[in-house]
Amino acid sequence: MPAERRPAPTIRRLVALAVHLGSLLPLALLLFAGATGQLSVNPIQDLTLRTGKTALVLLLLSLACTPLNLLLGWKWALGLRKPLGLYSFLYICLHLLIFAGVDYGLDFGQIGQAITEKRYVLAGLASFLLLLPLALTSTKGAMRRLGRWWRRLHWLVYPAALLAVLHFLWLAKTAREPLIFGAVLLAVLAVRALRSLGAPARIANRSAQPPAQGSEKRHG
Amino acid sequence: MHKIPASEITPEQLYLSRRAFLGAAGALSAAALLAACGGGTAAPAATPLPTDGRTDELGAPLSSFEQITTYNNYYEFTTDKAGVARLAQQFQTSPWAVQVGGLVGKPRTFSLEELLALGQEERIYRLRCVEGWSMVIPWRGFPLHKLLAAVEPQAGAKYVRFETLFRPEAMPGQHDQLYPWPYVEGLRLDEAMHDLTLLATGLYGRDLTPQNGGPVRLVVPWKYGFKSIKAVVKIDLVAEAPTSLWMALAPGEYGFYANVNPEVAHPRWSQASERRIGELPRRPTLRFNGYADQVAALYAGMDLRANY
Ligand code: HEM
Repeated sequence: MPAERRPAPTIRRLVALAVHLGSLLPLALLLFAGATGQLSVNPIQDLTLRTGKTALVLLLLSLACTPLNLLLGWKWALGLRKPLGLYSFLYICLHLLIFAGVDYGLDFGQIGQAITEKRYVLAGLASFLLLLPLALTSTKGAMRRLGRWWRRLHWLVYPAALLAVLHFLWLAKTAREPLIFGAVLLAVLAVRALRSLGAPARIANRSAQPPAQGSEKRHG
Repeated sequence: MHKIPASEITPEQLYLSRRAFLGAAGALSAAALLAACGGGTAAPAATPLPTDGRTDELGAPLSSFEQITTYNNYYEFTTDKAGVARLAQQFQTSPWAVQVGGLVGKPRTFSLEELLALGQEERIYRLRCVEGWSMVIPWRGFPLHKLLAAVEPQAGAKYVRFETLFRPEAMPGQHDQLYPWPYVEGLRLDEAMHDLTLLATGLYGRDLTPQNGGPVRLVVPWKYGFKSIKAVVKIDLVAEAPTSLWMALAPGEYGFYANVNPEVAHPRWSQASERRIGELPRRPTLRFNGYADQVAALYAGMDLRANY
């Protein structure tokens, strides 16, 4: 892999900026469309679908950072896991607020019925509940306090992502698009699984803290 | 052919007030995302038509022409409900012919003009999509039994099978091999003969727009919207229950009957309540979409959970 092990700081800053702007762009487009009447005549469904899709894309992008480091040696990608994950969680919160607050008008009887009746809502909710503690412990302080438990806790992102894909699969009319997301997720999981089998020591050494330091063997 | 008197075309206060409401609803939803955001007015996508304050028999106002013609499912064009209208604009609805055959005494092909000659009455029906949204639509057309009577069904005919045009050059969604085209739907003969069952050729006093299934479509108001097959070219009377496209694709989710039923949940969408397009709070869904008095007898003694 010809890429530099450590890109110049300006490039890294540009990548980080691109992540922030790219993550906020779908929200800006959604608000713009809402304010200028470009949503469909069923705007609530538009909001639900678009926030859900963005959340899943950002979650998978966040998970793709580790394989990018493992396969291509893009160490700087590790620093993007946290912002991508948190932006994903932002969209999930909006998604849930729209579902419960706008679509169902906080009618908890109907919301309860939707949860028990529909397995896709249950899967989405389970995914959200797994991600919630991860978002709450994303601060540096929590990381320090939790020590090695932090990594164990944040391993939950994998079952949460699987549940999110299942949520999509169960709600979609046809399986094609959810299966594409599922394939990406499985590829990410496969890289991780193979690497941790092949090089357990290295994985264990790898620090989870973003600006990741130290020199590692270059992978290509 | 079917000219609308100029007086009917003048924009009305009522229509405008519904538009304003819609804009407000859109802005409100957007505001749910971010506290402050300027609520602009929606850009007109279709010619304003008056509702004349008309309602369905339960008192619910008509959905606007814009709502009806800019948002619907029509997978022959696209799976994007808001994208159908644009893709269907160039669709040729004339000349058109509907071939009626199978177990009938007098098989025959009807031109669109011959269909129009069978009747032009207006029927205001609720349309409930299986996805959980609904509209109130002023269709124009004639009851299907008029057409069936003209071809004289034979004693062995128990079901009616409907087929949509298959023309991928004109209907880009039909290039998608995922779906077993052409679209097929079916009704039991007594359902097809019911006076509520309509062959629609018009909407809001105009010819049926291509995105809504023009020039001729079925409308079965007590069933989920997907039963009301669009752009019909073939109608056959048959002995066995036809397999619809959705039954073929997902048999566990879509049954033959597909009667609107708030008590039988679909794995994905709430069937207990629905969003009337343009309204914020959800409405409770009615048994047989509010037509139980007229049609429940058709299903007397049947287990509607097993026959979903
Ligand atoms: C918190 C609990 C959740 C609830 C109640 C919920 C509810 C919903 C609903 C009602 C829909 C729309 C279904 C339709 O209109 O057909 C939807 C779609 C979706 N949701 Fe969720 N969801 C939840 C969590 C999640 C999470 C955690 C993710 C991903 C990280 C997610 C991703 C999606 C996606 C990708 C779609 C489909 C978008 C599309 O079809 O374009 N949801 N969700």
